[in-house]
Amino acid sequence: MSRMQGPAAVVVDDLTARTAHANRLIDDEPLRARGASGATHRLERLCTALTRALPASGVGLSLLTDENRGGGTVTASDSKSRLLEELQFTLGEGPCIDAYAARRPVLEPDLGTHGMRRWPGYARAAHEHGVRAVFAFPLQVGAARAGALDVYRAEPGSLTADALTPAVTCADIAMGLLVDGQARVGDRRASPQVDDALANRLEVYQAQGMVMVDLGVGIEEAMARLRAHAWAEGRSIGDVAQEIVAGKLTLDRDSP
Amino acid sequence: MIAVDRLAEVFVEVADTLVDDFDVIEFLESLTRHTAEVSDTASAGLLLTDPHGQLQYMASSSNSVKLLELFQLQYQEGPCLDCFRTGTAVVNSNLHQAGERWPLFAPRAVEAGFQSVHAFPLRHRQKVIGALNLFSTDVGDLKPTDVRIIQCLADIATIGLLQERTIRSAEILTEQLQSALNSRITIEQAKGVLARTHGVGVDAAFDLMRGYARSNNLRLSDVARAVVTDPHRHPELTATR
Repeated sequence: MSRMQGPAAVVVDDLTARTAHANRLIDDEPLRARGASGATHRLERLCTALTRALPASGVGLSLLTDENRGGGTVTASDSKSRLLEELQFTLGEGPCIDAYAARRPVLEPDLGTHGMRRWPGYARAAHEHGVRAVFAFPLQVGAARAGALDVYRAEPGSLTADALTPAVTCADIAMGLLVDGQARVGDRRASPQVDDALANRLEVYQAQGMVMVDLGVGIEEAMARLRAHAWAEGRSIGDVAQEIVAGKLTLDRDSP
Repeated sequence: MIAVDRLAEVFVEVADTLVDDFDVIEFLESLTRHTAEVSDTASAGLLLTDPHGQLQYMASSSNSVKLLELFQLQYQEGPCLDCFRTGTAVVNSNLHQAGERWPLFAPRAVEAGFQSVHAFPLRHRQKVIGALNLFSTDVGDLKPTDVRIIQCLADIATIGLLQERTIRSAEILTEQLQSALNSRITIEQAKGVLARTHGVGVDAAFDLMRGYARSNNLRLSDVARAVVTDPHRHPELTATR
């Protein structure tokens, strides 16, 4: 992985450090023998880790698609959060659904008053379960999306900048886990996530679009294949992307 | 030097993009173009913060400015960064005398044909949420009135992002910034798709997409998203020749 010298390294290292730190928190979550597959298990630990880090009373994560706005798969830090996630599908309304649909975070610091107007059914039910604030983050990278992450709190009030960062970082990590699940390259560990810190460059997104055309696949799979290729070659995503954009590299169906 | 007679038209045009079927990337791109226009000898670029507090590239009036903005971000050095860190404008900075201040950036900007540079903060309450950069081919001649006008355009950018001033403005700001960043990513993905489809460079691909959006009266972000997720919706644009 090429390292930039000088001040740029500070920015990259901040992002790298944040992502690595979040992944360590997830690693430290106790293993629960549940029989869940690697990615799902890690997502659950992501939810519990984030609950501790923020802090929050609970974190839930729903997988959504355009077709099944009602009835996506749910992962959560605890049974109450799981219930609240599923409630959104039962009622057909809620911050997760809105965040996914609108492609932007839906942050409601005051579920008791403002939230009641937005989601009359959901807010009332959540309120009964002691929730006073909800913050939903879509799991997305550009046009690719997988669902949304909900943060629940028992007190009303805005998320501070300090709390926003780990929430957004975890949403990015969750998205990465879900995208990698597409490529089915086995139970992935943390290292590709660290690489993502360098992957903010515009070329990476351009390369994602190019790989779509080269392989004739959708955007999520293109993202996964790009990551898998970089991982297999031991190179940074940024470097691989640069080559693809420059026309020096074309992924083909047989590439790792 | 600000072309005052053009100014009224510029503000009307900017206001139009605010109300008419708002698309955040188009709004920011048009704002940078208008900023450049209004200051005859300049090109403009705009950066916004992400939730991690890092500046990210959003829009520019020319490709050479885009490269200079990306350069500033890569090396974390330049007028935009200074403006962002201090929260105050950087005005009339002569690039030929900025070697100590920006040892990497100044020569690069001079190489690109610019002689002076200015950066204006985008502010929301006490926070700086971005910066509007001007690169001029002349040496520092922004008068105090000009400075106020450009700051006003920067403030309009903030208002455009916020769209409303309510108790929830802090939340709305975060939501808007994330949405803008995500739109930017979608556009880059779409550029990649079109570049490969038509065998052209990414900049040509962007021109194709923007031209198509305009002639069909569609929002750029919507077209970009469709290019990536639903290409059959715009066969004219996405089908291989």
